[in-house]
Amino acid sequence: MGLVVSAIAFLFAVAIAGAVAKRLPQASTVVYGGTAAACALIALWAALRLAGGGPDAALVLPVGLPWIQAHLRADALSAVFLIVVNLGGITASLFGWGYERAHHESHSTSQGGSQGHSQDGPVLPLYPLFLAGMNMVLIAADAFTFLLSWEFMSLASWLLVLSTHRDPETPKAARLYIIMASFGTACLLLAFGVLATAHGDYSFAAIRAHAPAAGAAALVVALILLGAGSKAGLVPLHVWLPLAHPAAPSHVSALMSGVMTKVAVYAMIRVLFDLLGEPEWWWGGVTMGFGALTAVMGVLYALMQDDVKRLLAYSTVENIGAIVIALGLALVFKAAHTPVIAALALAAALLHVVNHSLFKSLLFFAAGAMLTATGSRDLNRLGGLIHRMPTTAVLALIGAAAISALPPLNGFVGEWLLFQAILNAPALSEWSLKIEIAVVGAALALATALAAACFVRLYGIAFLGRPRSRAAAEALEVGRAMRLGMAVPAVLCVVLGVLPTPLIRLFEPALRLLVEAGPFDGRAYQPWFWLAPTSAIGNSYNGLIMLVVIALLSVVLVLGIHRKASDRVRWSIPWGCGFDGPDPAAVTQYTASSFGQPIRRAFGSTVFRARDHVDMPAPGDTRPARLSVTWTDPAWVVVVEPLARAVGWLAEKANRLQFMTIRRYLTLMFLALVVLLVMVAVTQR
Amino acid sequence: MTPLLATLYQILQMLLVLALAPLLTGWVRLVKARLVGRRGPSMLQPYRDLLRLLRKEVVLARNASWLFRSVPYMMFTAIWLAAGLVPVFTTQLALAPTADLIALIALLGSARFFLALAGMDTGTSFGGIGSSREMMIAALAEPAMLMIVFSVAILVRSTSLAEIADFMMAGAVGLRISLALALIALVMVAIAENARIPIDNPATHLELTMVHEAMVLEYSGRHLALVEAASMLKLLLYMALIACVFAPWGMATAGSGVAAALGGVVVFVAKLAVGGTLLALFETSIAKMRVFRVGEFLGGALLLSLLGAIFLYVSRGV
Repeated sequence: MGLVVSAIAFLFAVAIAGAVAKRLPQASTVVYGGTAAACALIALWAALRLAGGGPDAALVLPVGLPWIQAHLRADALSAVFLIVVNLGGITASLFGWGYERAHHESHSTSQGGSQGHSQDGPVLPLYPLFLAGMNMVLIAADAFTFLLSWEFMSLASWLLVLSTHRDPETPKAARLYIIMASFGTACLLLAFGVLATAHGDYSFAAIRAHAPAAGAAALVVALILLGAGSKAGLVPLHVWLPLAHPAAPSHVSALMSGVMTKVAVYAMIRVLFDLLGEPEWWWGGVTMGFGALTAVMGVLYALMQDDVKRLLAYSTVENIGAIVIALGLALVFKAAHTPVIAALALAAALLHVVNHSLFKSLLFFAAGAMLTATGSRDLNRLGGLIHRMPTTAVLALIGAAAISALPPLNGFVGEWLLFQAILNAPALSEWSLKIEIAVVGAALALATALAAACFVRLYGIAFLGRPRSRAAAEALEVGRAMRLGMAVPAVLCVVLGVLPTPLIRLFEPALRLLVEAGPFDGRAYQPWFWLAPTSAIGNSYNGLIMLVVIALLSVVLVLGIHRKASDRVRWSIPWGCGFDGPDPAAVTQYTASSFGQPIRRAFGSTVFRARDHVDMPAPGDTRPARLSVTWTDPAWVVVVEPLARAVGWLAEKANRLQFMTIRRYLTLMFLALVVLLVMVAVTQR
Repeated sequence: MTPLLATLYQILQMLLVLALAPLLTGWVRLVKARLVGRRGPSMLQPYRDLLRLLRKEVVLARNASWLFRSVPYMMFTAIWLAAGLVPVFTTQLALAPTADLIALIALLGSARFFLALAGMDTGTSFGGIGSSREMMIAALAEPAMLMIVFSVAILVRSTSLAEIADFMMAGAVGLRISLALALIALVMVAIAENARIPIDNPATHLELTMVHEAMVLEYSGRHLALVEAASMLKLLLYMALIACVFAPWGMATAGSGVAAALGGVVVFVAKLAVGGTLLALFETSIAKMRVFRVGEFLGGALLLSLLGAIFLYVSRGV
């Protein structure tokens, strides 16, 4: 435990070094190298801790408020998330190092003009602080330290978003983010307040020992779903996320989207499974419902985006939905006293947490690589990058296939486990839950299928086809550090897809802690390359054999075809409906909006009120026809705008308080004192 | 059942599906031709077509990438493997425990994912039109398919195809409204996934109505042969799947000998003949839909399959 705390202290030291020496050319090497080293140390410690077992590491630091010390503790659940956070930290540092250097060079040669984020000054000190904040949330063992770390993490990421303040979109995104973050922290503060009222002790151990009454527990569940849910991006509290995540530099976007949302998931698990004690059946039902809504809405939003990074941020919303569905299922099964199935669902959630942090980081890195190479993240200005950036194209393809849950990659394993848990619904006794799970299963399947469409669109438009701008036609492959930063998560995506069982075994201590069972309990011994969890439905999946068989069949096929078939190849110009100039703008190929049109029509016309407007010139008129797409975001119309109006109205009313005489102020203070005294008198009686 | 025999059966099945797929397509075309009063080509014509394509040179678009050239192999392998996973003549297959019905659906999803990417690779409008429509259809067909799996799995308590076939053959299920709903939904999904009328027309090259054909328009030579053969395999796969879940009779099971397996092959061919005839009858008696009606068609399939799952709870309190 001392090791983890020292590593976090080291992150602070690196941040100070970065702040002091940010003008020096070696500053970014020191900051990113130091951060990666600290992250590697913590991740290694957590992995050894999980594999080796042993008692929880705990530490009490005499800091903080005078009468409560800072309790730190890393149990198995913390260890799982420490691995996720720090693995993301390592790859992001590697990529970020190359990214900042590339942007630095392009800035010093061309003096701006591109959309690149060349102002790396503020990023250097804040980046290690952000990672330190996330690590502190995971090891906090009392409400005070937890909230302090949580707020620290939020503020560090908020400042990182602001580091691109020259972009006109950024201030709006940052403002919305700080409002939502404050709202989330306020909810968490209230939740911990309710949890600790009975005994006044804010340490997690004391909260765990005193389970709250039913009414208080219900309040806590609602507050946690609001507080942690707004950080994770649960619909309809997701509005800030697709604005704020893309605004930061790409490696920070990857951390915010791939890792920080997981810290919010950690908060949900910590409170719902650990601190609140025995769950009631409806908690899971509500959680699952929000998860399903989030999954479907998130991917539908993603399908309408033209901005690569915003698309990825919305896809994060979808994946958080899937994770929250799994959490809800685990709660339901835990409440129904079928701990093995609960462990299965929770294992699916944790596996998806790891998987999503990997492929989402990878895809954000790929977006950063595209931004570096072309200066644009607008899909309609990309295209044909597979020829110009061959390595990035291969790695991004792995990420796109993994996030679309294609076997034998890791995304599929998580989805498969989740469906195994869903198929165990008959074990429950409540009818409403059984039917809800069927509907949630359908929603999850719909979200997965739409995600595949979404990533065909992203990859097909950005990497395939013909370039849609001069910048895309002249893009150059990114440097070695950036490619390596992408290659690490890509390789892990493949490895975890083929051999998921060792990782799930690694989760077992955490699962035993939370639901008192493991996903393989009572099942005859299975070799480590099989995935056969315990469930009423005895199924198995083996990605390794699948991969080997696919490889074998491909070899047979290629050899067979090439023995028989003609080997001749002729290169020719494809039929472009009469347009085939060298001008990238005059090519008749599908754009991002045209690719989305069928799905927009099938799904978006009611939910988003999406409309296509065609401006068709009269015969004889030589101006081009134009198509424009409009849509409205229901979350803005239903949630954000009324809320903003309410806040504005309240601020207007409160504004009067500023222009009163001293007499009235004193009266107000006196009245407040009287009210408080009356409250004390009533409650103490 | 020895692992050796299971492996032999697995290899036999892989070869059997490969050999029978063009024949099934030829049979459907022949019956369709007869139904509209033409004589139609021989049932063996698809084999000749494939051989002819294999002998022809490949014409590639100037800007086609390596992805475009490797996708036919990838998708063919995925569909071939998927077809090898559906028990057709015996439930004793070596690969049965590696992948269940969910993995099979995902495998088909992989094939579609890569083919849709290939459609966008050359940067022509037709590829884009085909890919985007195909993904829209898939976005509805796949959840419907998974809901069918859900109903069947609640009943059988397994998503392993071999166990489903064994369970259905034991006859303990009887007639159930949920199974009927699942069957209707599965047939609807199969029609959509195989690009048959009324969703898509495998014989059309009219740009406004093409879906699958538009996506593979740029393929030629051996690549086109692979893509066509993969479509034929997919048709066979869906018929085998419907047969395996709803009419598994005649299949060899654990303990029955080699003779039963050979009998299973004969029964399977007979099932394909019946299935092909029904498909041809259906296709000649219905008109093609507009592309944007497909959403309603497949949304119907999704709701039917969801209703099937809910009925199961209501009817017996599973």
